[in-house]
Amino acid sequence: METVLAVVAGGLFAAAFYLMLRRSLVKLVIGLVLLSHAANLAIFTIGGLTRANAPIVALGKMQPDLPTADPLPQALILTAIVISFGVTAFAVVLLQRAYQAVGSDDLDKMNTTDT
Amino acid sequence: MAISVLVLSGFAAAVIAPWLHRYAGRVSGWLLALLPLAMTGYLATYVEPIIAGQTFREAYPWAPSLGVAFSFYLDGLSLLFALIVTGIGVLVTIYSGGYLAGNPHLGRFYAFLLSFMASMLGVVLADNLLTLYVFWELTSLTSFLLIGFEHERAEARKAAWQALLVTSGGGLALLAGLLLLGQLAGTMELSGLESHGEQIRQHALYLPMLLLLLVGAFTKSAQFPFHFWLPSAMEAPTPVSTYLHSATMVKAGVYLIARLHPALGGTEAWWYAIVPVGMATMLVGGYLAICNTDLKRVLAYSTVSALGTLVLMIGIGTLHALQAAIVYLVAHALYKAALFLVAGNVAHETGVRHADRLGGLWRAMPISAVAGTLAALSLAGIVPFFGFVGKELLLESSLEAKQAWFLAAGIAIMGALSVTAACIVGWRVFFGKLPDTPKAPHEAPMSLWLGPLVTAAGGLACGLFPFLVAPGLGAAASSAVGATVPHAALELALWHGLTPALGLSAAGIAMGLILYAFWQPIRAINQRWNVLLRYGPAAWYDGVLGGMNWLAISQTRVLQSGYLRVYIMTILGTLVGLVGYALASGKRWNTSSLDTNVRFYEVVWACLLLVAAVTAVRSRTRLAAIAALGVVGYSVALVFILFGAPDPAMTQFAIETLTVILFVLVLYRLPRFAVLSPPWARTRDAVIALSAGATMTVLILTAIHYRAAEKVSQYYVEHSVQEAHGRNIVNVILVDFRGFDTLGEITVLVVAAIGVYALLRLRPRGERT
Repeated sequence: METVLAVVAGGLFAAAFYLMLRRSLVKLVIGLVLLSHAANLAIFTIGGLTRANAPIVALGKMQPDLPTADPLPQALILTAIVISFGVTAFAVVLLQRAYQAVGSDDLDKMNTTDT
Repeated sequence: MAISVLVLSGFAAAVIAPWLHRYAGRVSGWLLALLPLAMTGYLATYVEPIIAGQTFREAYPWAPSLGVAFSFYLDGLSLLFALIVTGIGVLVTIYSGGYLAGNPHLGRFYAFLLSFMASMLGVVLADNLLTLYVFWELTSLTSFLLIGFEHERAEARKAAWQALLVTSGGGLALLAGLLLLGQLAGTMELSGLESHGEQIRQHALYLPMLLLLLVGAFTKSAQFPFHFWLPSAMEAPTPVSTYLHSATMVKAGVYLIARLHPALGGTEAWWYAIVPVGMATMLVGGYLAICNTDLKRVLAYSTVSALGTLVLMIGIGTLHALQAAIVYLVAHALYKAALFLVAGNVAHETGVRHADRLGGLWRAMPISAVAGTLAALSLAGIVPFFGFVGKELLLESSLEAKQAWFLAAGIAIMGALSVTAACIVGWRVFFGKLPDTPKAPHEAPMSLWLGPLVTAAGGLACGLFPFLVAPGLGAAASSAVGATVPHAALELALWHGLTPALGLSAAGIAMGLILYAFWQPIRAINQRWNVLLRYGPAAWYDGVLGGMNWLAISQTRVLQSGYLRVYIMTILGTLVGLVGYALASGKRWNTSSLDTNVRFYEVVWACLLLVAAVTAVRSRTRLAAIAALGVVGYSVALVFILFGAPDPAMTQFAIETLTVILFVLVLYRLPRFAVLSPPWARTRDAVIALSAGATMTVLILTAIHYRAAEKVSQYYVEHSVQEAHGRNIVNVILVDFRGFDTLGEITVLVVAAIGVYALLRLRPRGERT
């Protein structure tokens, strides 16, 4: 399954990169969201996949039933998801303001400071 | 305690100077001159013990592990330079008050001038090599500020830049040289170098170190081919030219070479690296001096010539040569300061600075004329002035050195050129017919004639009574010679009898007068054959500077296109190139490790996700793109559930829902996607994106099999309940083990939220939401 996930993550990366190379600001933001998905999948895959138990300790025990999934990549990904939402929210609002100011979402019309 | 206070008090005075000037007004120059006066008086108390052979040292640790100390050293050489710095500092501070009276930035000028004085004292008193370097660079910086004082003028700004770039460029070489010297000697203290002299001179790195140090000293002391910045620096107000660019700062290089002579001197390399440069500077400076009519430029080139002479003498390095250098240095400081100040008076009172448009000023400006004439006679080396004593010693010591006639002939020619220069700045200006000048000439106020009169009279007094200054100058010379050479006391006298030196001196004076008689034709010839100026070092400087600007502009134009996609392409290209190369050459990845443990629904999931991604890319409508984005997000959440990660899955579901709602709300108002790029651009982007994606796939597959260290997470799994009393290990990591990371994350979210709020709510004035 690692191979499949690696290919999927690579595909997401490719889609994200392609969108980020567009001239449309909307597509750039969609690309950013895809990029964060791709990065999360990459971390998850590299951290080691198991179809095992979630890293949760049952009541009355001191340690989870082994084998258990690695909790560390999960914690990293959880953080990354929330941060990328912050980035996305900011980017989307910025996009809206930029569109209002420039009257277009074409990046080529935004590379001067004069609007 | 005492020496460091002496150095640092100048900086303190610089801080309060603008304030003092605001309240004291016209007398501020006189008041501020009290500080250098007090310093001079204090330093004078050291003269007696130092002539008796004592030295003084003072050190505070700064960075002991690196051998850096805030340390100072006072011996004959540093005392002489410090006295010149403070003594002329007194006169120049007084002079500035008169010269720049009414200038709105005079307070700032005092601050720069006093900081310079403090830095210069630091240079000549520093014992530690790095302390020396810090003060050395501070003098370059204050020199830059002072040359560019009249910053509204483009020439002043250009000259300031030129001086800064040349001297601090040399300063970098000096730094490298000083660090090498510290390594070779095993000590960073100047006072400890001499005992390691043999060890330094035998070292394989001796020559490169010497050359680096000399580049630093030569740029500072305006030696050929770095001499061009000094005449340009005459854009500065006259007190600055007098003080920095004649009497003190430009002699820092001379000081350094003299200071290092005991440890580094006496070798063939020393002689051949210094003597030719000094000789060339001496003659080029002397020649260019008489080719100019602008008084300040004549004096500037004459200063270049004198600096060359001093460097030449230290290069020769015998006891007599160093004694001659010290005597000549003092003589030069006295007459050149006087001449610069007098030239400033002339320009100030007549509005003219060119010798060929001046004359007969002695009636209108008698005191300045007396000072100027006395100083010019000393410059010309006429009996009984100190300049004569100095020139005699120069000739005598060169006649007894190796290559005697080559050296003596050079010095005699220099003497002749000095006589011509003295005629230009002394005779030409004050005698003869008085032409019309923009301002009606009259005598300058006391603050302006005091300085030149004192220094010029000093030159006469030292000449008449040389035995008074001989012991002090002798002590200065001995610290430049070093302890290993047998010492003889310096004996100064006006009359040495009929010696070859006297003959050469007389011949030089005669030749100088002849040159002055043909002054006009010489300048005319020089004007016609102006090749030296057009293709000389100043042109090299302009070329290098222009070339660097061109390089900066063109590389910015290539790298900073202003198009986001070009930057992303650069990043992706680098990723594919470097990571791809590392992966291909590393051979960490083998196909046999590919797992085949795949279930049917997982393949369906993968296909769904990729189709959704392609839809997000290719969709023409915004809503379809956003829907596809949602599918991708939920599918990623699904994989978290499949592989034992319920927490990220839940977060992902919640966040993905929010993201989709946000997009729909905002993008609903935006236009339909338009096809903006031509087909070839889309193909190019697809190729770049796919190869970068493929690189990431290979990278992931490689990284799976790579474990650098034991898993950290094992600790978290074992201690979650026991220490943190939490059963959901992921949550425990976030809020307990790595709680501060989460705090950082929350901060990022707060910042983003503030940004979102600002973008939505705050509008520029006049714009409505």
